[in-house]
Amino acid sequence: MSVIVFAENSEGLFKKSSLEAVFYAHELGKLVQQKCIAISIGQVNEEQLKLLATYGADQVFTFDQAETSTFNSELYSELLANTAQNCNAKQVVFANTYSGKLIAPRVAGILNAAMASNVISLPTLENGFVVKRTVFSGKAIANVELKSDIKVISIAPNTFTITAVNKGAEIEKMQSTVSLEIAKTKSLELSKQAGKIALTEAELVVSAGRGMKGPEHWGMVEQLADLLGAATACSKPVSDMHWRPHSEHVGQTGITIKPNLYIAIGISGAIQHLAGVSSSKVIVAINKDPEAPFFKAADYGIVGDAFEVLPQLIEAAKSIQA
Amino acid sequence: MKILVCISNVPDTTTKVAFIENETKFNTSGVQYIINPYDELALTKALEITEKVGGTVTVIHVGTAESEASIRKALAIGANDAVRINAAANDASFVADQIAHYAANQNFDLIFTGRESIDYNGGMVCGLLAAKLKLPSVQVITSIEIDGNTAIMDRDIDGGKEKVSCPLPMVVSAQKELTEPRIPNMRGIMAARTKPLQVIEPTASNQLTAVLSYQLPPAKGSCKMVEASNAKELIRLLHEEAKVI
Repeated sequence: MSVIVFAENSEGLFKKSSLEAVFYAHELGKLVQQKCIAISIGQVNEEQLKLLATYGADQVFTFDQAETSTFNSELYSELLANTAQNCNAKQVVFANTYSGKLIAPRVAGILNAAMASNVISLPTLENGFVVKRTVFSGKAIANVELKSDIKVISIAPNTFTITAVNKGAEIEKMQSTVSLEIAKTKSLELSKQAGKIALTEAELVVSAGRGMKGPEHWGMVEQLADLLGAATACSKPVSDMHWRPHSEHVGQTGITIKPNLYIAIGISGAIQHLAGVSSSKVIVAINKDPEAPFFKAADYGIVGDAFEVLPQLIEAAKSIQA
Repeated sequence: MKILVCISNVPDTTTKVAFIENETKFNTSGVQYIINPYDELALTKALEITEKVGGTVTVIHVGTAESEASIRKALAIGANDAVRINAAANDASFVADQIAHYAANQNFDLIFTGRESIDYNGGMVCGLLAAKLKLPSVQVITSIEIDGNTAIMDRDIDGGKEKVSCPLPMVVSAQKELTEPRIPNMRGIMAARTKPLQVIEPTASNQLTAVLSYQLPPAKGSCKMVEASNAKELIRLLHEEAKVI
């Protein structure tokens, strides 16, 4: 029996969320006393593959043939489900990234496995296999029992702190036996904003709302984000008015994030917005209204106008960098 | 074009989340229920597609009779007919089994779900359903165009977007940008009363998960205030005290 974990790469490099998933699978393996096998699909060099052992994999399987090098949900799901069966895996771990969200439920469907997404804890085993996951966009936590023989767990990014375990795992080259015929979805074009930090994985986020008065003032927000190495986000009204792209909208009907630092500028803190960000480790609210609900959810606050406060923050951030 | 749209019934986004019966049940008292916002976008997009290329839109919901207001609203927005599987929806796999069982012999060209429900945030029904029906799936799509027997879509990926194509039939999940929700007009509301709503008893299926209890996240301590005239102090606090930058 084993724990297997899908280690997704982005252009040959493992993302932090993948290493978090590997480390989680390692900890889970210790708990259920099973070995942890990390699966990499696509072309990844040996140095990167060794990282998976560093963060806890007992074995590393790499499917590095050209025909499986482009992400395809049907193909990857089938390949992972087959590998899970071959390894007699009882737990299959994913990071809850967009790719993880796409293939984890397909794998669960193929294996007829119980699945939990947005998982924020290792399981307890006293009363069945029970994990904690966030629900109501972070407004609550549910204790969920997974009742099937095989379990699929998709962990929330930025939740688990990883530490090097330094296992000397062997890297085993594997050959996919899945027919390429099942790959129906074809990628036509990728558009990634170069140098931009993905909001879902960002450790620091600078977010702004209607208090900025118009899209032409976002330069300051972006400048502060750049200086801090943060991603930018926005409130719902701002994306509804097309001041900012929808992909930046955080909140209950946008995306849920949990960075180490969330700075909210000119956002009042409606319940729907707070739902998407309340799991952030440190929250800063900057608003000219002292009664803004955001101050009740924040760790640090400034009552003041964004146009007065932001230039000072930018100057201070520059001096920290220097 | 024959389209199936899966809708769920969720608490309104302004709901104050609280639990009862020793924190084992969500407190539904006084809660206003709505069609899950992502499912509503899926429905609107499905209607836009059939208005362009012809066809029908069926909505399906797994739930008890309490959800009928949401189903009627979906019909008022413009769905041709509706199906309700008469069972409480407590487990994604169970829900996907029910929908897969219904859809198996109906030859739908396209099945829509929402990206996730805004209450349990599972985001699993699309993928589970596709796996059970052995169909391809593309999730969190922000656009879809039908070209003959192929769908061309944009989907969100980490840090960007991907344009993909996929032959029909397939399962997709709707992301926010897909379209704008449609408000039902009086004619739609009147017509909805007489549109067919079929109630089907569930097929045998196991619940693979169970929520044992809920808890609220730990409460925040007090908020430390910094004077606006001395805003640079905030950066120092974040650097030296909170140690996050």
